[in-house]
Amino acid sequence: MTCTEFLAQLDELIDDEATASLRADLEQHLRECEHCEITLNTTRTTIQIYRSHEIYELPEGVRIRLEQAIMAKCRKC
Amino acid sequence: MIQQSGTEEVHPDVLLVERAKQGDVAAFEKLVKQYDRQVFRIANHITQNREDAEDVVQDAFLKAFQKLDQFQGNSKFYTWLVRIAVNESLMRLRKRRTGKMVSIDEDVQTEDGAMPRDLADWSPDPEALYGQSEMAEILKKTIQGLPEGFRVVFVLRDVEGLSTEETADTLGLSVPAVKSRLLRARLQLRERLAKYFRKDGKNGGGK
Repeated sequence: MTCTEFLAQLDELIDDEATASLRADLEQHLRECEHCEITLNTTRTTIQIYRSHEIYELPEGVRIRLEQAIMAKCRKC
Repeated sequence: MIQQSGTEEVHPDVLLVERAKQGDVAAFEKLVKQYDRQVFRIANHITQNREDAEDVVQDAFLKAFQKLDQFQGNSKFYTWLVRIAVNESLMRLRKRRTGKMVSIDEDVQTEDGAMPRDLADWSPDPEALYGQSEMAEILKKTIQGLPEGFRVVFVLRDVEGLSTEETADTLGLSVPAVKSRLLRARLQLRERLAKYFRKDGKNGGGK
């Protein structure tokens, strides 16, 4: 398996959707290729960091104002 | 989860939606409180404008309330709501960029290969390298640089946790298209974050 082939199927490992035989092939490549191992691990880290950081937080004051505005409009519907 | 006839699980939203359909505004309010943060996040990611995102939150929930009768219940309420929010967000974006077409179907490069790869390993704890607000800025700046069609797929699938099928359904894309964009989005984000998080970290040029 080449690095390009590995990268094209990277998500199968990340999302745990690889069939047993594909997984074996991908893991075999990982044992032989440090670059792809780094790519896999850092891609996982990328996802995890984005998942755990709230980039666009809705401040509580704004949230309450929006909820009141929404409900006021709904009651008029 | 609530059990129905001993076999099928019914999502708690289903009962709230049913009550809201019959005019129970308080039931709808629960749905608003349940999902307004997520809608705000998604709208912000797409419009990249805080005021627009606030407007989208209002408009999306109002539209959902008005169209509740059209909600069939064969998808999750949340997925249905996200679809409305994505459409509202794209409309706002179009208004701001008058004349410029905005679509998640825009032509995006999805072929493999050709992309350079940062091969350096990252610091074992990238989050320790930066303060919280600095980190938020890095993440925001980095994701904003992605093409729209990639960004929205990454946000729905990886940040908001929709399944591949739900993401495809929400955006009107095929499952292979979602998968292809997700892979490119993940790899591009990784590539862009590498300069901040690599082992030689802050000296590596990210700052």
